[in-house]
Amino acid sequence: MAKPQTGAREISFGQAINEALAEEMRRDPTVFIIGEDVAEAGTPFKVLSGLVKEFGPARVIDSPISEAGIAGIGVGAAMTGMRPVVDIMFGDFLTLTMDQLVNQAAKIHYMSGGKLKVPLVLRTTLGAARRSAAQHSQSLHAWVSHIPGLKVAVPATPYDAKGLLKSSIRDDNPVVFFEDKMMYQLKGPVPQEEYTIPFGVADVKRAGNDITLVATSSMVQVALAAAEALLESGISAEVVDVRTTVPLDKQTLIESAKKTSRAIVIDEGYEGYGVTAEIASVIADGAFYYLDAPVRRMGAMDVPVPFSPVLEDQTVPTPEKVAEMARRLCGK
Amino acid sequence: MAQSKKTKSPSAARAPVHDERWLHFYRQMLKIRLFEEEVNQLYLGAKMPGLAHLYIGEEAVAVGVCEALRRDDYITSTHRGHGHCIAKGAAADKMFAELLGKEAGYCRGKGGSMHIADQDTGNLGANAIVGGSAGIATGAAMSAKMRGSDQVAICFFGDGALGQGLLYEAMNMASLWKLPVIYVCENNQYNEYTHYRETTAGEVTARAHAFGIRTEAIDGQDVKIVHAAAVNAVESARRGAGPSFLLCSTYRFHGHHVGDIDRAYYRAKAEEEEWKTRRDPIMLLAAWLQKNKMADDKALQAIEHALSTEIKSAVEFALNAKYPEANEVNQHVYA
Repeated sequence: MAKPQTGAREISFGQAINEALAEEMRRDPTVFIIGEDVAEAGTPFKVLSGLVKEFGPARVIDSPISEAGIAGIGVGAAMTGMRPVVDIMFGDFLTLTMDQLVNQAAKIHYMSGGKLKVPLVLRTTLGAARRSAAQHSQSLHAWVSHIPGLKVAVPATPYDAKGLLKSSIRDDNPVVFFEDKMMYQLKGPVPQEEYTIPFGVADVKRAGNDITLVATSSMVQVALAAAEALLESGISAEVVDVRTTVPLDKQTLIESAKKTSRAIVIDEGYEGYGVTAEIASVIADGAFYYLDAPVRRMGAMDVPVPFSPVLEDQTVPTPEKVAEMARRLCGK
Repeated sequence: MAQSKKTKSPSAARAPVHDERWLHFYRQMLKIRLFEEEVNQLYLGAKMPGLAHLYIGEEAVAVGVCEALRRDDYITSTHRGHGHCIAKGAAADKMFAELLGKEAGYCRGKGGSMHIADQDTGNLGANAIVGGSAGIATGAAMSAKMRGSDQVAICFFGDGALGQGLLYEAMNMASLWKLPVIYVCENNQYNEYTHYRETTAGEVTARAHAFGIRTEAIDGQDVKIVHAAAVNAVESARRGAGPSFLLCSTYRFHGHHVGDIDRAYYRAKAEEEEWKTRRDPIMLLAAWLQKNKMADDKALQAIEHALSTEIKSAVEFALNAKYPEANEVNQHVYA
């Protein structure tokens, strides 16, 4: 695995996704994309721009607005020799695909005693703060992380997004791949040469000694900004990016918490019954005798995401709030 | 070049189904019947965990359709799926083993009655979500088209699935993209315990017709009619003309599941008797075979005897088979 080098070329998160798809489609003729406005429009986020030009409308397929239908077609195609990448424009629309994901894709391998496989990738988005209100702003990755049989990726950098998406497409299991809408323009180093990133390997994005900030997707950048701010208070924060919620790299999280003796888990899903709860429990169990404070959780506020900016901005963890919580835990 | 004087219609051009073939149809239908009767016995004898949904009464649909298929064609099935499995070529012993939760079952005991899948015969699996396989069958058809194979996919579902939106999303795309899929609606008259007329507005065929899908409403108790319609639909799908919808009128002789014994509150005994005595697909085929001198009583009895022996030995195999090891519980969660 080639780590991004300083001085390597920089591309955006959206470009990284686009490159991963293009490379895998060149490599494997069974890979195809299906979704709403994925072809000429390249999705409303323009993430898929240009792919239809290279691969044609038979492999970059504009579908009707039928999320359940395209998810189901993806499952059937995946079971019979293809590697579909289904595009679900907003994570909120996962609700419409749930039977196909939860009762079909996730269970078919198990129910068939290991005979059938569903190498399906379902790409979708998460994240608030775009003033899109309650039905276009949710982060619902906890739902699918709850279901045995699904793998779940929540990348936070262009480098991770590209490497994890390539692994997702090559995986023989159904993968739900979450992209933070606010991050599509974020640039970062991505090597020219081919690489993939395995699932279930967390990444220490910043080393530190006093407190561990475990974060997912959109919240990794928030945690990194908080860590920077904490320097002024004399706190050295370690930022651990889980990268995939399923499988979860428990060991890296536990080791970090053992080292720093404090941990905050930050995630943009609703806090109640959320990803933060699972991860906090893993750390509390695994690092109990090393902890100097209870593991704290910071998720999205348990309210439907409001439209008005003054309301919406309160609902998501910010670097300031994370730093404040960290100072409290460190007694500073 | 000599010209044929008559233009043959596609159906006339087809090879006729020979006597031996009709006997094979009979054998397949009776095998399903005897299999299901044994399932009922396993339930009544408390030898089978859980429940099962018997296909008795509907055998002509599964056999008529699956006999129009190649081994590598796909089917998706339903909670009432044993008939589809057998018609597509599954073996009774491994099916019984699955129903009893044994390791020798098609799914190593992990699926059970409602989830039998057998990729060797193109069976992509029964599905316990009503209408849940509409997308899967359509996706398999899309995959066949993309891979340039000339496979077709059959989506079996009941009248209950007519209430599910996914079916219409899938049919819309199948028609738009001319996918080689055939939607076979087994209208056995009841959505569980409710007559379909209480749940289904308008004409069922009009729904498929609205998508521009080739549609036929047929007598699902006459295997010859079902088979002819299926052959046409399969030919049409294979030559790239897109999907078909077959509405097969049939009847579930037993209850919704094996435990549904007292049915008076949702359907009359007289109605059941009418179907069982006058519309039994196996009796109808037997009578036709005899009338056309393709088989006599003795020949049909010999078939039944051989099948009974096969079913008995299959169920013995399953009863004696071992359960999976306890440590299998977390195997096959991920590939």
